[in-house]
Amino acid sequence: MLATLKGNKWSYLAMVASLLLLILLPSQHLLGQKISLLTAVGIYSIVTVGLCLLMGYTGQVALGQAAFFGLGAYISAILSTTYNVNPWLAMVIAAVATGAFAYVTGFPIFRLRGNYLAMATLGLGIIMWVLFRQLRQYTGGPDGLTGIPNLSIGGFTFDTALKRYFLIWFFCIVILLISQNVMRSRAGRALRAIHGSEGAAESVGVNVTQFKVKIFVLSAVYASLAGSLYAHQTHAIGPSSFDFLASVVILTMAVVGGLASVWGAVFGAAAILILKIELIPEMSKVSFLRSFFQSGAAYLIIYGLLLMLVMIFMPKGLFVTLRDAYERWRLRRTRRGAVT
Amino acid sequence: MRKWSCLLLAMLILAAAIPLAGCGSESKTTSGEPYKIGALFSNTGFNAPLGQPEVQTVEMMEERINKDGGINGHPVDIIWYDTGSDPAVCYDMAQKLITEDKVVAIIGPTGSGDTFKIFDLVKNSGIPLISCAAGTAITIPTATDDKRWVFQSPQTTLMIVDRLFEYLKTQNITSIALITDTAGFGADGLKTIKAEAAPDKYNLTITSAQTYDTDDSDMKTQLGKIRDSNPQAVICWGTNPGPAVIATNMSDLEMRNIPLFCSHGIAFKAFIDLAKEDANGVIFPCGKLPIVDYLPKKSDQRELLLEYRKNFEAKYGKGEANTFGGHAYDALTMVTAALENAVTETPEEMASSNDTLQAVRAKIRDYVEQKINSTGYPKTDGFVGTAGIFNMSATNHNGLANDCIVMIKIADQKWTPAE
Amino acid sequence: MRWMTTDLFVQSLTSGLTQGCIYALIGLGFTIIFNVTGIINFAQGEFVMLGGMLSYFLTRSAGLPVVPALLLSVLVAALVGAALYLLTIRTARRASVVSLIIITIGAAIFIRGIAGEIWGINPVSPPPFTGKHPLHVLGATILPQALWIIGITLAAAVVLHLLFSHTIIGKALRACSMNRSAASLVGIDPKTMALIAFALAAALGALGGAVVAPLSFMSYGAGVGLGLKGFVAASMGGFRSQTAVIVGGIVLGVVEQVTIAIGWGPFKSDYKEAIALVLLLLILLVRSRKLSEEERVS
Repeated sequence: MLATLKGNKWSYLAMVASLLLLILLPSQHLLGQKISLLTAVGIYSIVTVGLCLLMGYTGQVALGQAAFFGLGAYISAILSTTYNVNPWLAMVIAAVATGAFAYVTGFPIFRLRGNYLAMATLGLGIIMWVLFRQLRQYTGGPDGLTGIPNLSIGGFTFDTALKRYFLIWFFCIVILLISQNVMRSRAGRALRAIHGSEGAAESVGVNVTQFKVKIFVLSAVYASLAGSLYAHQTHAIGPSSFDFLASVVILTMAVVGGLASVWGAVFGAAAILILKIELIPEMSKVSFLRSFFQSGAAYLIIYGLLLMLVMIFMPKGLFVTLRDAYERWRLRRTRRGAVT
Repeated sequence: MRKWSCLLLAMLILAAAIPLAGCGSESKTTSGEPYKIGALFSNTGFNAPLGQPEVQTVEMMEERINKDGGINGHPVDIIWYDTGSDPAVCYDMAQKLITEDKVVAIIGPTGSGDTFKIFDLVKNSGIPLISCAAGTAITIPTATDDKRWVFQSPQTTLMIVDRLFEYLKTQNITSIALITDTAGFGADGLKTIKAEAAPDKYNLTITSAQTYDTDDSDMKTQLGKIRDSNPQAVICWGTNPGPAVIATNMSDLEMRNIPLFCSHGIAFKAFIDLAKEDANGVIFPCGKLPIVDYLPKKSDQRELLLEYRKNFEAKYGKGEANTFGGHAYDALTMVTAALENAVTETPEEMASSNDTLQAVRAKIRDYVEQKINSTGYPKTDGFVGTAGIFNMSATNHNGLANDCIVMIKIADQKWTPAE
Repeated sequence: MRWMTTDLFVQSLTSGLTQGCIYALIGLGFTIIFNVTGIINFAQGEFVMLGGMLSYFLTRSAGLPVVPALLLSVLVAALVGAALYLLTIRTARRASVVSLIIITIGAAIFIRGIAGEIWGINPVSPPPFTGKHPLHVLGATILPQALWIIGITLAAAVVLHLLFSHTIIGKALRACSMNRSAASLVGIDPKTMALIAFALAAALGALGGAVVAPLSFMSYGAGVGLGLKGFVAASMGGFRSQTAVIVGGIVLGVVEQVTIAIGWGPFKSDYKEAIALVLLLLILLVRSRKLSEEERVS
């Protein structure tokens, strides 16, 4: 874990600054009112990081992450309400079950050559969504489940928005650090280096399929954890949060943030959520824009346009583009310094 | 490329600045701080046909109220957010309304799924919610502590189904086949129909229960199965375009000798536009708005309905007024009545003190529960709305009686009373 | 009802065939773009929607007869497809495939929004090509429009096949799909080919939309669901083989309808999408195992 904190003093400073920001943001003077948005960024960052890793290592697009997100949410919800299981235990069971499910379905998917991840994950995602929606006795059908309890440790219950914010971001930071470790590990680097030629990898004995399945399982477990946290955060879940469009949103968050770095996931989640929950709804309140928004289509026009523009002009994603721009600026400064 | 990225970033920051610059809640013709009423509607998504007229209604009402001088001299600002028919978005938008916009009450949401999602939030925040969704479970079981803050302005699915089944009894129909939408509206209807058809209730035989997805465009296979099961009537529960497809499919399959009943989800001009001649003969239970012209002059609702329809259609087009917009109208007028009669605090006072805001929210809740009934409105034996005459109480947060629903038959592509 | 009548079975086959042809048409559009550019075009479904909405607008509001309306709708959609490529994909020069996919997602949402703004949310339908009188074939009821759908799909498949195997442009497109750099070496400009691919795919999608809209009431949001089904059909062909796409689309449509007809156990209308997908995934698995075994042997 400490290995990830090494590196030049700037990244160390950035880390401390980010932690400070995290602690101070929800105060009433800053963004305290938007605490549920900040918490949502934390939850979705966890799902998105998993997808980033998966897409980075397999080089393919996954279109069904929302299914794992939903699986974690539903298992946690059902166990902690109907069966009165301790929510933490339920969360672990959900993660294990989702991971096992990913393991079992992962092998057939990754043994195939070619671009089958997209179709397979799409299919899985839709099948899971149909089940969420139709198994009325267990999942509550289209209206979902309500009355999901809060998480608690001993006597301490996470019953306010602020407490849940810190809990969820604690999880998020831990997962981000673990993920960074995965990316920097020997196996991870080796695989990325020979990403272009899996044949070469196999010829030196790397079991490419097994590694891909492991990453698939990891991404599923992340999504499941995020789903469980989501259930205990909003206390009510329904199948419409876990459909194909939800998977597309997660995919968008991953790519908009930038696939090359785990921190991109946070940027991507933040950007998309801010767009959906803050920017566009606030625009709809502006008096001269109100009639434009009345048709309902305005939201789509703005969201689609911004998405296209961001990807056209920052194709590597927000985080990577900003980081590269910062690096270039730093380089120019040092060069200027060296000349004088 | 770098220059374009900087330009884009600048544009984004500018776009973010527009709303933050506070052009948001500008009042229109009256001066002073406005009363802020929140609303959550499905302006997009699968509930859009129900949600859009609700948005249109509150926009229209906001204009009229402010033109007439506001409430207690204060203008009114109705802040509505689109939930996209997605409960997760509904939750986030409700959160915004409560903590950021600091509204005194929330009208909506359009759908039952959205409503269930924010029960806890509304309870913990102490803000009254008047839902425009028909889910029976929204106010039944009767207002327990968990649902103190939740009210409902449409007739419940239970009431609608019961009214339909009463009609079936008069027609001596005892066996029915069902074809329902898998989404929330249809699923709620299916659940209620199955419960009410039970032997100890209306004792109807369900010969076949088929479903279809909202986007499906061909229901002939399902209808074939229904035909093979020999029902006396077919009941279709869903919103546009499903029922229109089913009506057309049934005509193509020459099944129209079997009576087709639909839900109130087809009470839109759009249904008749889509199904055209195939709409004729369809019978459905509904509030009184589509057949207001047939109501006797002494009906308490007649004047209100005519007025609502006139105002709505003046702004949005002939024939467009519908009962769903009416649910938003009812919810809104309950809140404005509460503001007018029970709230003395000014918007400035509410803005400066959170305790004052909370007190106002509680007052509105109390007024709706205790005064939206024959005690508060004795002349009409209750609060007159588009959906019916409301009589709210501590144990009944819906307040409507079965007689507010009528059976409507489509003849000559127009709405006529079926009885 | 555990058994179904033959009539019902035939009905489900005809309905399934009709639906499946639409999915196949959409899938062909996906396949063309993927083959030539490597991009999964998420806006494909919106081209279908545009075809339907435009043909509605041209026939009902502008009063054009069916055939000119159809041709004009397809042409306009092709232009939109070309514009999509030029303004977004071509501009994002050094973007990765994944970024380009997100661009098409953004474009899809944008096009959907514009359609919703112009035509509103209510579903609409243009008039059928040759009237509404249903035909009775082998115990099933089939509308003339459904015959048009099946006919046009087959015709499109034949035309595409001829295009790709006998015309210069078609061969150039195929060359691009096999090896982009080699193709450019022999003078084929991959950028022009990509433009043609987008316009062609958009035209195909719009054709599908225009021919299915009289049957099924198109609305601004119809593209999502249809695009999804077309994507599944395209995946059956591995995004490469045209015949497999058509077969895949038809299988998808038929399995859905037959599941409704069975109506027993999990084989109900509620689960039809899941059942169809499970079957298709299994087929994919078996087919790919066979393919990779062949690869290994050769």
